[in-house]
Amino acid sequence: MTHQFPSLSPEQKKELSDIAQRIIAPGKGILAADESTGTMGKRLEKIKVENSEENRRYFRDLLFSTDPSISNCVGGIIFFHETLYQKSDSGKLFPQVIKDKGIVVGIKVDKGTAGLNGTDGETTTQGLDGLFERCAQYKKDGCDFAKWRCVLKISDSCPTSVAIAENANVLARYASICQQNGLVPIVEPEILPDGTHDLLRCQYVTEKVLAAVYKALSDHHVYLEGTLLKPNMVTAGQSCAKKFTPQEVAMATVTALRRTVPASVPGICFLSGGQSEEEASLNLNAINQVPLNRPWKLSFSYGRALQASALAAWQGKTANKAAAQEAFCSRAKINGLASKGEYKASGSADQASMQSLFSASYIY
Amino acid sequence: MKLTESLRSVFITPEERTYLISVRRLLPKAAGQSVRMTHQSPTLSEAQKRELHETALRIVSPGKGILAADESVGSMAKRLAQVGVENTEENRRQYRQILFSADDRVSGCIGGIIFFHETLYQNSDTGIPFVKMIRDRGILVGIKVDKGVVPLAGTFGETTTQGLDGLSDRCAQYKKDGAVFAKWRCVLKVSETNPSTLAITENANVLARYSSICQQHGIVPIIEPEILPDGDHDLKRSQYITEKVLTAVYKAMSDHHVYLEGTLLKPNMVTSGHSCSTKYSPEEVAMATVTALRRTVPPAVTGVAFLSGGQSEEEATVHLNAINNCPLAKPWILSFSFGRALQASALRAWRGHKENEKGATEQFIKKAEANSLASQGKYTGGDNNYTDAGQRSYGSFHAY
Repeated sequence: MTHQFPSLSPEQKKELSDIAQRIIAPGKGILAADESTGTMGKRLEKIKVENSEENRRYFRDLLFSTDPSISNCVGGIIFFHETLYQKSDSGKLFPQVIKDKGIVVGIKVDKGTAGLNGTDGETTTQGLDGLFERCAQYKKDGCDFAKWRCVLKISDSCPTSVAIAENANVLARYASICQQNGLVPIVEPEILPDGTHDLLRCQYVTEKVLAAVYKALSDHHVYLEGTLLKPNMVTAGQSCAKKFTPQEVAMATVTALRRTVPASVPGICFLSGGQSEEEASLNLNAINQVPLNRPWKLSFSYGRALQASALAAWQGKTANKAAAQEAFCSRAKINGLASKGEYKASGSADQASMQSLFSASYIY
Repeated sequence: MKLTESLRSVFITPEERTYLISVRRLLPKAAGQSVRMTHQSPTLSEAQKRELHETALRIVSPGKGILAADESVGSMAKRLAQVGVENTEENRRQYRQILFSADDRVSGCIGGIIFFHETLYQNSDTGIPFVKMIRDRGILVGIKVDKGVVPLAGTFGETTTQGLDGLSDRCAQYKKDGAVFAKWRCVLKVSETNPSTLAITENANVLARYSSICQQHGIVPIIEPEILPDGDHDLKRSQYITEKVLTAVYKAMSDHHVYLEGTLLKPNMVTSGHSCSTKYSPEEVAMATVTALRRTVPPAVTGVAFLSGGQSEEEATVHLNAINNCPLAKPWILSFSFGRALQASALRAWRGHKENEKGATEQFIKKAEANSLASQGKYTGGDNNYTDAGQRSYGSFHAY
């Protein structure tokens, strides 16, 4: 039992590690454009656009056909299955459009959450059946990384140990299968921001969840250098009466990660959860200015926080395409800067004065 | 009204009371009484955390490491026998005095010294308590608190470590007596069947319990999960096992709510077994070691101070130097916590003769200085000079 049966050859490890490095190259992050059909429905409904396959294609095309300079801030794009086989107006398949820009193609491979009986509405995530074969096919079809989302929530009784253990385990199984097929697994254990809990509680729960995730990854012999983490930032619950500054969010987040995420993980790309576009950028920026040793890249994997303005600008009208693309590019550039701690929001002080806000005496 | 309060108002026997309270635990929880498992019961205050973190930083501040002078009476017997000296309390005191009399040169090389219980209460020839001598040099005092290994029934010669009983009170006393850090050694071995899952989990758990108790008393726990080098296993196997062991250790630390910033790790370097036919270069040892740590030790851990195990003084120093020159990103301080690798020459120079004392102390100082350089990757002794024009190749990290 204490003998190693190598899961990957050195060549396989190198391939995975190189892919991960390309995705989180300095100043780059991920565009999460993998909204399921149902979720896209919610987004399109907000701008009164019909949730048709063509409309979904059109909007993704709008994003993917943006100016090639987008590849300076976007290292990877996560696709939904349907989108992987759609074409842009130019007739080219979307994966090819993306690759031509030097951006890595990713694919959402989970099949949504499933209830954990005996819990207060907690879930695990399904999608392991036939995952090996699906990954092999996705790799052939141009993908080099994958994403799988697990969901945990905070309440008086949640998350329970079974929810933590089950989700950590299923993430590790998914990661192991992906790596066998040359796909870098993005590991996403999202702790929802819903609730009245404060920053400290979120930090505590995040630490417990991430410790369990990395124990499971070790148990399943996952090659950490060929993975990426997509966690929530540590924030107070959305209904928490107390408000916290980006610096406090940043300190709590980086502290939690330092206590749980091994240095061999090349990059951490935060999800934006319920944050606004600006909030997500400011928080990411503050995270990259925290005066603690951060051995992994700290970047973004944003969905709404990159697309909200573009969606609002588009309104479903072709005439607004350029304006929508401009809005998207603008957010992408801002987050690219934030991933280096170089984003100066108008009206905010420069880096030097930002630093002083961290010397708070509070120890996390 | 809570059950206990209602019980007080009724005249019942203590036995009945205990029974009623225990029954209450079996009843379904009343509304509002939730299972509070995801709430933090703060273990340490801000001030306590700060104290622990700062102590840890001072022990391994740049260029400094730890002298492990905590050999038990039994271990000292073996050491002294090698140089023909009788194992008496007085001889042990004389010997430790040789080490503790080192001059100011060691203040920049040694951040902490681990004591054995007996030594904590001994004095120098001139009546100065050893603890005071050390502290006057700006060196921190540590104390070995475990009570040795005990067998795990049903395994192939595996062990856990005892010493938890009354540990809280002992820590409180040691803190009063001048100790600010502690050490607890667990032992695992490599064989066809070992280490077993039980050995890994049990030792990880006991290390976490010990750590948790120490921190309550402002004592920084040094966590030592030593994997013995005995055996013919190769470097890869050692790396694999080290990764599994360390992952279990840090999961246990998390489960026991240990404040990582206020701890130090004392692991084995990743080396092949003593009887392995393949020999590995210092760079290979360094890559395997740093890779294993990067995969398992959270960046929040302040420092890693390697044990020397069965390595010679020179071997240990050269390895430490290679580790500090390894091109992979290392978010913790990588230093030493050496026993034999700091003392072997001093012991041999002394041989129990008073007239050799100064020479013996000098040997110790030399080793302290060498390891101080190695902890900064600046050791130029031996064949392994990293400042040479000929860059040493660490090879591709994908092979590890």
